[in-house]
Amino acid sequence: MGNINLKQVTKSFGDVQVIPPLDLEINEGEFVVFVGPSGCGKSTLLRLIAGLEDTTSGHIQIDGTDATSLPPAKRGLAMVFQSYALYPHMTVRKNIAFPMKMAGLDQATQDAKIEAAAKALNLTDYLDRRPGQLSGGQRQRVAIGRAIVREPAAFLFDEPLSNLDAALRVGMRLEISELHEKLKTTMIYVTHDQVEAMTMADKIVVLQAGVIEQVGSPLELYHEPRNKFVAGFIGSPKMNQIDGPEAQKHGATTIGIRPEHMTVSKTEGLWKGTVGVAEHLGSDTFIHVHETGLMDMMTVRITGDIEARHGDTIYLSPQMDQLHRFDAQGLRIA
Amino acid sequence: MARAVTTQKKIMWTALAWAFGLLMFFPILWTFLTSFKTEAAAIADPPVWFLFDWTTENYAAVQQRSNYPLALMNSIIIAVGSTILGILLAVPAAWAMAFVPGKRTKDVLLWMLSTKMLPAVGVLYPLVLLAKWLGVMDSRILLIVVLMLINLPIIVWMLYTYFREIPGEILEASRMDGASLKSEILYVLTPMAVPGIASTVLLNIILAWNEAFWTILLTTVDAAPLTKFIAGFSAPEGLFYAKLSAASMLAIAPILIMGWFSQKQLVRGLTFGAVK
Repeated sequence: MGNINLKQVTKSFGDVQVIPPLDLEINEGEFVVFVGPSGCGKSTLLRLIAGLEDTTSGHIQIDGTDATSLPPAKRGLAMVFQSYALYPHMTVRKNIAFPMKMAGLDQATQDAKIEAAAKALNLTDYLDRRPGQLSGGQRQRVAIGRAIVREPAAFLFDEPLSNLDAALRVGMRLEISELHEKLKTTMIYVTHDQVEAMTMADKIVVLQAGVIEQVGSPLELYHEPRNKFVAGFIGSPKMNQIDGPEAQKHGATTIGIRPEHMTVSKTEGLWKGTVGVAEHLGSDTFIHVHETGLMDMMTVRITGDIEARHGDTIYLSPQMDQLHRFDAQGLRIA
Repeated sequence: MARAVTTQKKIMWTALAWAFGLLMFFPILWTFLTSFKTEAAAIADPPVWFLFDWTTENYAAVQQRSNYPLALMNSIIIAVGSTILGILLAVPAAWAMAFVPGKRTKDVLLWMLSTKMLPAVGVLYPLVLLAKWLGVMDSRILLIVVLMLINLPIIVWMLYTYFREIPGEILEASRMDGASLKSEILYVLTPMAVPGIASTVLLNIILAWNEAFWTILLTTVDAAPLTKFIAGFSAPEGLFYAKLSAASMLAIAPILIMGWFSQKQLVRGLTFGAVK
């Protein structure tokens, strides 16, 4: 249970095609993350799978059956929304019970499942409260509880952590990953946060303007980005991309080097520049370097602390085996 | 930034507000006072205020001359009936326009409202002929249907504005949870819209209760509501102010009391969802 297959799926709003023909296979039990900048069509793609939007053409198969024209209720999927979308007039208990009530389950089964879900999500003490009396994290847990009891073929998450504060986000990220380990159900997760994508996914789908730029495991995308867009989007801080003569030396139109794949020296190195801003995180130091003559601003990441002041001269040396090369079309040169 | 308000200004504005409020209330107060006067005192010049012989004879006379309980019952049935029927028709319409708007939704809404600008008398003849042909003249059902149709644009508009305030994601969540369209409207949309629906119901009951044109023209005796009851005292034998006032008080009392107890809902209703 939980195979989802998209075949030549397109979506247009009026005359604007937001998803050009797209193929995608999601295997049973996979944690797939759709990631991309805002407006790249990742949420639309999720809503097409959910059935909340109709496809303009193409087919969506869920577990081998054509679900293209099935209403959302009949697709056997559960969704967690960014705004939580809890029913404000119902208690937590009734919120979680709602999908079971719709499915016509008997009261005893409902109660048992509610208890189990509440226990797993630490909601037992809050079952008789209304969503308005809960914190953001608790609300998100209720939304997840409502999805779990449905025992769906796949969970769909639409930027579920965007409304939470940073600390809570990290906690919930772990909880969702653990939930996946435990349930082994297919999960499709939409986010614009590449850290979420890297940490949670079995498979990342990078989207831009409705087009899939690359599909692969987090480390595949990190080590072998298919093009300049993926190279720039995956990894934080961003990969440095250098055009011109320096790239031509390596037989490419553009070369890329990640900030963590350079060494820094005050005395010698391949590239010379001046320190703009140094950000000290304790564990790492990010140095933003100007006047290299290669690109506007280069970023380098050093493990540990290093003394670097604004205006200091600094030398950077890339690790040659970590250099990425791209051709005139922006595609990776193997 | 809070503006500094002097005590003097506060007193002035409060006094002004009271004066304006009393001015608005004056006709009802005067009707109330007149209803307890004798006919002679009612037309006295200069008018007497409170120092007259209070009498309830007008109320007794009004009761004797006409059937107040029947008129009251008719008013209640027509106002409540037309409102319930209107809500039943308007909820699905407003749902469709608020959550699955089409290209012409805005036009349809404006067109619906524009029908309120049509002079009612313009459709009087066709309506009377139709009612006669159907044999429903002077029946409650006719008035329920006609008043429902008259107020339907306002009901749809009000519900539409309330529904628009409900986040669509919650309805989508219910769809994901396996709710059919019926369950979605019944268990999710309607409970969330209860305050809005309540305001709409209240306002519509008042509108239907006060509607005088159709209720007077389309009824004679059996289905005559309180509007007709008042009209019955304002005519042929000359003007009997005191009795007319007593009849008016009897007619407006129920709705006045209802309005008093539901002020909060009404204010929300009258501002048409403008307060978020």
